[in-house]
Amino acid sequence: MAKLHAKASLKELKKSLRTYWQLYLLLIPVVAYFVLFRYLPMVGIQIAFRDFMPRLGYWGSKWVGLKHFTRFFGSYYAERMIVNTIVLSFGTLILSFPAPVLLALCLNEVRNSKAKKIMQTITYAPHFLSTVVVVGLVASLTNINYGLINILLKQAGIIEESINFMTKENWFRPLYIISSIWQETGWNAVVYMAALSSVDVSLYEAARVDGAGRLRSIWHVTLPCIAPTMITMLILNCGKVMNIGYEKVLLMQNDLNMAKSDVITTYVYQQGILKGQYSYSTAVNLFNSVINTMLVVTVNAISRRVSETSLW
Amino acid sequence: MSNVTVNGKKLKGTSRRVRDRGDLAIDIGVGIILGFILLFTLYPLIYVVSCSISAPSAVLSGQVMLLPVRPTLMSYNKVFQEGTLNRGVLNSILYTAVGTGLNLLLTTIGAYALSEKRLVGRKFFSKMIMFTMMFSGGLIPTYMVVKNFGMLNTMWSIVIPNAIGVTNFMIMKNTFENSIPTELKEAACVEGASQIRIFITIVLPLSKAILAVMFMYYCVGHWNEYFNALLYITDASKQPLQVVLRKVLVANEVNEMMSDGATMTSNDRLALAEGIRYAIIVISSVPMIAMYPFFQRYFAKGVMVGAVKG
Repeated sequence: MAKLHAKASLKELKKSLRTYWQLYLLLIPVVAYFVLFRYLPMVGIQIAFRDFMPRLGYWGSKWVGLKHFTRFFGSYYAERMIVNTIVLSFGTLILSFPAPVLLALCLNEVRNSKAKKIMQTITYAPHFLSTVVVVGLVASLTNINYGLINILLKQAGIIEESINFMTKENWFRPLYIISSIWQETGWNAVVYMAALSSVDVSLYEAARVDGAGRLRSIWHVTLPCIAPTMITMLILNCGKVMNIGYEKVLLMQNDLNMAKSDVITTYVYQQGILKGQYSYSTAVNLFNSVINTMLVVTVNAISRRVSETSLW
Repeated sequence: MSNVTVNGKKLKGTSRRVRDRGDLAIDIGVGIILGFILLFTLYPLIYVVSCSISAPSAVLSGQVMLLPVRPTLMSYNKVFQEGTLNRGVLNSILYTAVGTGLNLLLTTIGAYALSEKRLVGRKFFSKMIMFTMMFSGGLIPTYMVVKNFGMLNTMWSIVIPNAIGVTNFMIMKNTFENSIPTELKEAACVEGASQIRIFITIVLPLSKAILAVMFMYYCVGHWNEYFNALLYITDASKQPLQVVLRKVLVANEVNEMMSDGATMTSNDRLALAEGIRYAIIVISSVPMIAMYPFFQRYFAKGVMVGAVKG
């Protein structure tokens, strides 16, 4: 039976190869890319369990089991990094969630299509700036000597002495989150705008006939229509928690704010690339990846249940 | 207006007035919120441009609040004179052009092949690609692969490890599945066109919107990318713009940019350095921001189609 099945699928494959050989040809470079640059590195993960010596290679280096993991969890920094990663991720996730929804709802009420378009274009603009530029901008705006924010705060009488925001650990998270909101609100509103544009117009008319004003239509028609999108976005973003935007953290990090800015992904970079501790940093990275994978899978399962949307 | 009211004039009048008042309140509310968002978004942007064209001394003494003070192009002149950015800009243009080209090529051919529903092995390859969204080898193992291929300090280390963005690939595949009618492909097939021919003469021309969106995503990604260059490129002459910017904007090595620094007072140097920072922010950001309006019309359409799962 199984043999017969195998024979049938082999026949199918042969037929498919004959009909679609050009498509298989097109797939070769794509598959080669994934094998060489996405799967081959996975073979290298084993160095997390070895004392890697470049001279001995992956397979020749000494197997040390969980040594590097024990070292990581035993270190003073492990707890701090895990806490920092989670707080920064969830903080960004929760605090930057309402703004795009609000923006989309408001834009939806603007009837002048030209004004709407201009508004959209302006709010998208920061998204196109690079992380380096945004961090550079934050640094300039908060500069202790001539930064605009210090000047304004002093003029308003809120502070007496200038604050060196970039080097104060307690300002790291606010600066990170506020600059993220500034940069991505317009862009993140796109998905809600798309959801809003597909709302059935007859629903609004029905609401109007029932005597609902605009505010009530927003509440009873618009919001329920984008609620599934909101839930999906929230859930899917939870899956990214361990993959905090380390590029930006790395740029904002300095010796003085390490207590709050030290996250797992930047630690991996420092230990691995800067200090050359390949095995140890791969172990830390693996711990992070495994948690991340579990999160993504869970979150997708939930999302599929709740709103029939998922990443795959 | 649907005034189906059968009641007296007076009642109709009142109800409309109530509605108008509610309308007005909402318009005001919306206006206030949008106004705030607009201010929040635009203020820093305008401020940066103003600082870049103000007299450096005015910037340093905190005179610039929003609009330029004693406008001058001094900071820009200085940047162009020194030419420190030139190398970085040229490298970035090269990496962005080659990288985006490779991205588009691989993404479209792969997505097209996998969008053929009768292709045996389609599910396997799709799963194989999707798995990499969930799990990856990580920083060091990837670095080792790039190193072992001898790509360190070459353009290839920037371009090839990121040759395909998995999310973009999936969007592209969904678009091909949803927006190209199967009958069209079949008709062409009956007439004897090969798959590659169908791809080039039918599928690609029908997918202009999504191609434009992909081009924009990849292009902005390459232009703004710094981390891979930080990892793989140590040779200063090959570093892209963002790595140069990192030195100037974040690590504050701006003084190195001024060759005649010795002849100036320290205050002047400081002022000019700050002016240069703002000018550099503007110069490096304008190309990408300016690109968006041209792509806007494709944007809504392209993204919508790709968002629907096939």
